[in-house]
Amino acid sequence: MLVLVALLFLAVFGWIVATQGPLAPVKVTVAKAAESRLERSLFGIATVEARRSHAIGPTLAGRVGSVLVDQGDRVRTGQLLAEMEPVDLDARLAAGAASAAAAAQRVQSAEAALVEAQSRAKLAGNSAERFADLRKKNFVSQEAADAKAHEAAAAQAAREAAAATLAAAKEDVRRAQSELAGTGKNRAHLRLLSPVDGIVTARQSEPGSTVVAGQAVVQVIDPTSLWLRVRIDQGRSSGLAVGLPAGIALRSHPGEIFKGRLERVDLLGDAVTEERIANVVFENPPTGLAIGELAEVTLRLPPVERALTVPAAALARQGAAQGVWRIGPEGRAHFRNVVAGAASMDGLLEIRQGLTAGDSVIVHSARMLASETRVKVVESLK
Amino acid sequence: MINLASRDILHGWGKFLFTGIGLGLLIGATLTMAGVFRGMVDDGQVLIDNSGADLWVVQQGTLGPYAEPSSIRDDVWRGIAGIQGVAETGNAAYLTIQMQHGGKDTRVMIVGIEVDRPGRPGAPPYLTFGRPILQGHYEAIADEKSGHKLGERVRIRRHDYTIVGLTRRMVSSSGDPMIFVPLKDAQEIQFLKDNDALVNERARTAANPAFNRPGVPGLLEAAQASAAQARNVNTVLVRLAPDANADTVAGEIQRWKRLTAYTKAQMEDILIAKLIATSARQIGMFLVILAIVTAAIVAFIIYTMTLAKVREIAVLKLIGAQNRTIAGMILQQALGLGVIGFLVGRISAGLWGPAFPKYVLLLPQDAIGGFAIVMTICALASLFAIRAALSIDPAEAIGG
Repeated sequence: MLVLVALLFLAVFGWIVATQGPLAPVKVTVAKAAESRLERSLFGIATVEARRSHAIGPTLAGRVGSVLVDQGDRVRTGQLLAEMEPVDLDARLAAGAASAAAAAQRVQSAEAALVEAQSRAKLAGNSAERFADLRKKNFVSQEAADAKAHEAAAAQAAREAAAATLAAAKEDVRRAQSELAGTGKNRAHLRLLSPVDGIVTARQSEPGSTVVAGQAVVQVIDPTSLWLRVRIDQGRSSGLAVGLPAGIALRSHPGEIFKGRLERVDLLGDAVTEERIANVVFENPPTGLAIGELAEVTLRLPPVERALTVPAAALARQGAAQGVWRIGPEGRAHFRNVVAGAASMDGLLEIRQGLTAGDSVIVHSARMLASETRVKVVESLK
Repeated sequence: MINLASRDILHGWGKFLFTGIGLGLLIGATLTMAGVFRGMVDDGQVLIDNSGADLWVVQQGTLGPYAEPSSIRDDVWRGIAGIQGVAETGNAAYLTIQMQHGGKDTRVMIVGIEVDRPGRPGAPPYLTFGRPILQGHYEAIADEKSGHKLGERVRIRRHDYTIVGLTRRMVSSSGDPMIFVPLKDAQEIQFLKDNDALVNERARTAANPAFNRPGVPGLLEAAQASAAQARNVNTVLVRLAPDANADTVAGEIQRWKRLTAYTKAQMEDILIAKLIATSARQIGMFLVILAIVTAAIVAFIIYTMTLAKVREIAVLKLIGAQNRTIAGMILQQALGLGVIGFLVGRISAGLWGPAFPKYVLLLPQDAIGGFAIVMTICALASLFAIRAALSIDPAEAIGG
C-alpha cells in the first residue's frame, strides 16, 4: 500500500518534471519546404488628393470685395468666383478715359491748325510767285519780291510745324488709350475667374479681409482628377512600377476593396520618413470621395511562378546569421543558414539558398530555440 | 532487523500521509513564492533577450527605454550604423497602454519594430502561431497572454490592427504582455493624439499670435503640420558585428553621438537590480518569512508526532531498545515526512503555477535547493523530538 502510494507520487512528480519546466522538450510545429507560386505585393498608406488643385487669388495685395461662391459649388471655366475691391482703380479708369478723350480733341485742333497753315502757305507761295514774275518785268522792287519769298518760306515752315503737332497729338491719343487699357487690365485682374470646370473646395478669405499677392481666396479642384498619394516604405518598395494593379481600401468603406492602377511613381522619395511616394488612380471612383481620406493600398506585383517557399514564421536568427531551425537526429534542433528572398502577404517566404524541396523546417516553437534543444513535434501549439 | 519507522508509519499511515500532504501544500506555497520571484527576474531577462540587441542607444542621461522614458529622433540610427563594429540597427518604440479586450481592461506593452525585412532587432524571435508582420502597417503580433486570437481585429487608439501572429513569453519588465506593431504605427500611437486633443491643439496654436500673424499666409498651417509630426522613437537597438567589443562601441556612441548607450550587462543591471529591486526584495522578504514559518511548523509537527508516541517509546525503552534505534526511527520518520512534503509541494506548485496571472518560473536548482533545505529542516526539527524521546522515563509504559 505504502509502496503503491509512493510510486504514484513519484509518477506524478516525474510527469510534472518531464512535461513542464526547463527539462521538458520544446513543442514545435514543422512544415516542408515546397515549390509554390509566390504572390507578392506592396502595401502603403494613402490619402485621397486632387491631382490638380487651383489656388485662386489676386496678383496684387488688396482687400477682398466680394466672394460669390462657397465650398462645394460647381463652377465653370471663366466663371466669376470673387472680386477684389478696386480702391482707386475705377477713378483711374475714368481719368484715363478723360485724358484719352482730351487727347482726341487735341488731334482735332491740331488738324484744324494744319489746314490753316496749309492755306497760309499756299497763299504766301502764290503771292511770292506773282512778285517774282513782276520783278522780272521790273514792276516791283527787289526788296518787295524778297519779302514775299520769305513770307512763303515761313508759311511753309509753319505748315510743317502744324503737321508735326498733329502727329504728336495722335501719338498722345495712343498713349492715353494704352494707359486706359492697362488700367482696365488691372481692373480685370481683380475679378477672380475659375480656370477650370470644377468644384470649390475652400473659401479661404471673406469680403473685407486683406490678402497679399498670391494668397488664395478660393480653392478649386477638378473632381475628375482625384487620385491617391501612396506612401510605401523604402525597405519594401522594390518592384514599384507604373501600371501595377492596386486594391484600395477606403476608411469610409470598411470591407470593400476598390480596383485601381499605379499611375505615377515619384522620382523624389521622402528622405525623412524613408518612404517612396506613388500615385494610384481609381478604375471607378466611388461617389462621395473626400479629399484627405485615409486609404490602404495593396499593389500586386507579378507573382514568382515557381519558388521554393517555407512559412515566413520559420525564418529565425542566430547571432548575425539568418536561417531556419531543423530537427536533427535524436529530436534535437539545429540551425541551418539560408538566404531568404521575397515574402508574400499570405505568409510564405521564398528561400533562395540553403534548402531543397521536401526539407522540413520548424515553424512555430513554444520557447526560444537554441542549438541542441530537444524538441517534440506537435500538430499545433495548443 | 525490522524497520521501526516504516512499521510505525504503517500503523498510522493515514495520519502520516495527511500530515505530509498538509506540509507539502505549505512547501508548495513556499516554492511558488520562489517561483514568483524567479518569474519577476525572468520577465526582465526575457525582455532583454527577446529584443535581440547587444546595445541600447537612448536619450542622453536616461535609464531608458524600459526603466525611464527616453525619446530620440528616428534618424539617429544613420549615424550609429556607420560606427565601426555595428552590424545592424533598429528603431524601437515602447509604450504601455490599457486596452479593452473581451470586455475587460488589460495592460499591454505596445512595441514598435521595423518590419521592412524579417528578423530586425526588437522583433519577436519565435512565434507559436501565424506569421511575422509582412505589411508595413496595421498588422500586429500579440503575446498569447494578452488573450488575442489569430486573425482578430483589435483597435489600438486610432486604427484597427489584424493579429497575424502569436508569440509566448514576450513581456515587459512588469510582466505585461507585448503587442508588436510596425514602428510607424507605434509612433502614431505614442505621439499622435486623439481627435479631440488634435482639434484643441490646433485651436490653441491658432490663438497664438506668434503662429497666426496677419500678412503671413501659410504660417499657421506650417506650424500645425510640424506639431502633428511623430518623428521620435524610444531607443535604437544595435546588433554588433561578431568581433566587436560592446563597451568600445558604446563608448564611441556616448562620446561622439551625445547619446547614452547600454550594453547587455548594464541593461540587466538596470532592469533587475534597479527596476524590480524593491518589489523583488518585497517578495524575497516574504519568501524568507514563509521559509521560517514552514521550518517552525515542520519542527512542531514532528515534535507533537513524537510526543503522541510517548507510551510506545517508553515500551521500547523498557524492552531494552537502544537510544540509537529510537533516534533513528524519529529521524527516518521526519525525513520521510520531508520527502512526501517536498514531492507534494513540487507537484502542487507545478500544477497551480501556470494559473497565476504573472509568470511563475520553477527552476530545477530551486527545487533541488528546496529539497536540501526541507531535509535539513526536518533533520534539525527531529533533534528536538529525539531529545524529548530520549528523556522519556521507561516507567511511563506501565504507569502514567
